Amino acid sequence: MAISPRYTREIPHRYRLEAQKFECGAVSLATRYVCPDSDCKKSKKITLKGTGKILTYTIIHIAADAFAKETPYAVAVIETDEGARLTAQVVDCNFDDLKIGARVELVFRKITEEGASGIINYGYKAVLV
Amino acid sequence: MREVAIIGVGMTKFGELWDQGIRDIYAEAALKAMENAGVEKIDSMYVGAMSGGLYAYQEHLSSVMADYIGQKGVPSARVESACASGGTAIRAAFMEVASGMSDIVLAGGVEKMWDVEDGTFVLATASDQEYEAYNGVTFPGLYAMMARAYMDKYNLTREELAAIPIKNHKHAVNNPNAQYPFELDLKGVLGSSMVADPLTLMDCSPITDGAAAVILCPLDLAHKFTKHPVKIKGIGAATGPIALHNHVDMTKLDAVRIAGERAYKMAKLKPLDISFVEVHDCFSIAEIIVLEELGFFKYGKAGKAIANGEATYGGKIVVNPSGGLKAKGHPVGATGVAQVIECYEQLTGKAGKRQVKNANYGMAQNMGGSGGSCVVHILEAV
Ligand SMILES: [Zn+2]
Repeated sequence: MAISPRYTREIPHRYRLEAQKFECGAVSLATRYVCPDSDCKKSKKITLKGTGKILTYTIIHIAADAFAKETPYAVAVIETDEGARLTAQVVDCNFDDLKIGARVELVFRKITEEGASGIINYGYKAVLV
Repeated sequence: MREVAIIGVGMTKFGELWDQGIRDIYAEAALKAMENAGVEKIDSMYVGAMSGGLYAYQEHLSSVMADYIGQKGVPSARVESACASGGTAIRAAFMEVASGMSDIVLAGGVEKMWDVEDGTFVLATASDQEYEAYNGVTFPGLYAMMARAYMDKYNLTREELAAIPIKNHKHAVNNPNAQYPFELDLKGVLGSSMVADPLTLMDCSPITDGAAAVILCPLDLAHKFTKHPVKIKGIGAATGPIALHNHVDMTKLDAVRIAGERAYKMAKLKPLDISFVEVHDCFSIAEIIVLEELGFFKYGKAGKAIANGEATYGGKIVVNPSGGLKAKGHPVGATGVAQVIECYEQLTGKAGKRQVKNANYGMAQNMGGSGGSCVVHILEAV
């Protein structure tokens, strides 16, 4: 699936962890017009520190083709210290050290290569701290 | 609003249907349903399909299917809500009949999944593409994360989780349309290859080709077509967060609870009134969470109850008499319709060896994604 060009618009959150803090206090890494928790619409831009904890996780053994060479790899649902929720790979770790509640830090990494020309897609992954 | 009944049903065998394309299987199910209902012409039709485009490189299924079932001229629409596309098609047909706009409406679901190379990618498009799939999470991976959260919160063991596919395979032995009508034991579940820890291959519903269709008409007309119509007594539909990480609690599926509440309210029934339920066991953990959200078991209790035999014949409620998605098969767009067909057969006493005794009210719960959407039907023989 050669879809890389559309990802340029995702650069602020994927490269710089820019998020939105809504009036009600909810924080969203995903760009939204409306808050995910309430119906409030006003938000300001904040930059996540990148630290947080694992809420749940898995080790993926069967992946889509784009990730098949990397199996097995860990994926977790993470809540950042600001309260933003996201899904990311957890890398550079011993799987036995993964647990619910474990502290993580988001780091800038390569995610995939796409299309015949191998365009590189970047983004965030997590490491245990 | 007019009351609505099902007057005919039809489905293909579920499995690897190498000799048939997507239009062939939809047509087979639709024509069987029309023959079963004794109708030659329909007023309108719906096609529930998750991804004709990615699975079969065919969009515009509304036209393809009307053309290939000999109904050119009728209005037709394809509806999509990932794995809940089938239930959504029935709901659309229900609304069209209930509103008085049409009398005889076909609702069919279809998916042709074996013709594609990277099926894991296709299924992951039902998750949040930008924020989940982009980062390498798969569909089994999302449910594996729910399973891990649930096992941690409620001390459910890996062995107890395995009770769900074991039970559903046992039920499927008596279903001639099932993809995998054989029994499975604990070793078979735990020893199968790891897909997304802690879920093994035998926790996961399979890749399936298949189609299923029902014919709806106003209840007032139903007895003209059949001695045994089945009334759609309640429908509830709801949406939830597209991304798992936006579920407040990873062990809950809000859309299922809301859809269930709406269906119970419309039917004026409670969980205790339901004789059996077909639930969306796309993964073993899903059956547990869904049964809790629908009010059949308290939060944290369904897994152990299933392991104790409470969800099979002779237990509290028969869950997935058809064999469920796991053993009957899960052609995603067809599943919601096939669940309603199982209810139809149970309620009209045509379920053979898997017949649930004294079945008064049946429920079908069809879910999209990791709880991003849900449709619940409550049915009654009249
Ligand atoms: Zn808000």
